[in-house]
Amino acid sequence: MEHILSLFVRSIFVDNMIFAFFLGMCSYLAVSKTVKTSLGLGIAVTFVLLITVPVDYLLQTKVLAENAIVEGVDLTFLSFILFIAVIAGMVQLVEMIVERFSPSLYAALGIFLPLIAVNCAIMGASLFMQQRILLDPATSSQAIGSVWDSIAYALGSGIGWTLAIVGLAAIREKMAYSDVPKPLRGLGITFITVGLMAMAFMCFSGLKI
Amino acid sequence: MSKLFSKENGEVFTNPLNINNPIAVQVLGICSALAVTSQLKPAIVMGLSVTVITAFSNVIISLLRKTIPNRIRIIVQLVVVAALVTIVSNILKAYVYDVSVQLSVYVGLIITNCILMGRLEAFAMQNGPWESFLDGVGNGLGYAIILVVVGFVRELLGFGSVFGFQIIPDSWLLENGGLYMHNGMMTMPAMALILLACVIWVHRAYNKDIE
Repeated sequence: MEHILSLFVRSIFVDNMIFAFFLGMCSYLAVSKTVKTSLGLGIAVTFVLLITVPVDYLLQTKVLAENAIVEGVDLTFLSFILFIAVIAGMVQLVEMIVERFSPSLYAALGIFLPLIAVNCAIMGASLFMQQRILLDPATSSQAIGSVWDSIAYALGSGIGWTLAIVGLAAIREKMAYSDVPKPLRGLGITFITVGLMAMAFMCFSGLKI
Repeated sequence: MSKLFSKENGEVFTNPLNINNPIAVQVLGICSALAVTSQLKPAIVMGLSVTVITAFSNVIISLLRKTIPNRIRIIVQLVVVAALVTIVSNILKAYVYDVSVQLSVYVGLIITNCILMGRLEAFAMQNGPWESFLDGVGNGLGYAIILVVVGFVRELLGFGSVFGFQIIPDSWLLENGGLYMHNGMMTMPAMALILLACVIWVHRAYNKDIE
């Protein structure tokens, strides 16, 4: 239980998807213009993560790992293709749910909803999870040893991503009134803002739970 | 022959290097551009891998473009890219193992690199294989240029070396009686963002018509 809690908090603050690994930057920069849409995208990403990471965990341990299905056969080289197929399928499902229950959010997210499939944060979480299975839970607080660990990791990563995008959107809403040098407007100043936010998040790197 | 190297095809190749750069103008593939640039060597390996994968996935999709049903094209594209990335990842593991360890998950993340999907959707689905190949190589190199610039500055200021070779002698350092200190901030992820912002700033100051 302690391990799950520590994994959860670490993945929000210390191993933040955006500020520590730069995952999911494309949609992060493009959709963070207003707080409302960015919150919607954050929730959608969290939801997709929460389903795909545990499913990929089970696939990795029960199907792909060495000696999992057939003795002496290591199928890990198939993991890229299998993970991306799971993600693409899940995104299709989320798209249909959002379209049915919140047409306004569906219109606001536009092309970025199907593009969650190619959001690096989703694929990245699965690949990091694949690496962390190999760590020893007794010594490392990053190890993922069970389905519950993978759920905590997915939820924490999703919340961390949402926190980052909502924070940036709030800053950009205020920044619309600032006088920025012309070549730096738009993309340039957004990058500098994200850089400063990442520096602020570096304070959490010594966090011990 | 003259048709293969015509002026239009030349522009397909050179535009992404400068006025239509995938990172600075199209804002694609930012994630890996920031994460792998703390040193020059992984940055170059990453740039080359992306160039190879973009070029060949563009060719394959362009050859298949008339037979792919429109509704399932994203899945088909993802499978082609994932297969190519698996091949490249295994080649890297076999020949440059230390770099592939440094790149860790970011090799796998080439699958979700927006440059690939962006070029496949915007170019390869409408154009022939040779043009698509040029477009893929051009975009891959445009991406690699930015990686090399950012990687060069970060490695020089953060570690005092270029491509692993020591540039700033140890005797200059503060602990050895000199007046110099490595800038530890440069090795941190946050500075990659700020350096990239500077690259974009310079690029836009020279190309005023880009919005």
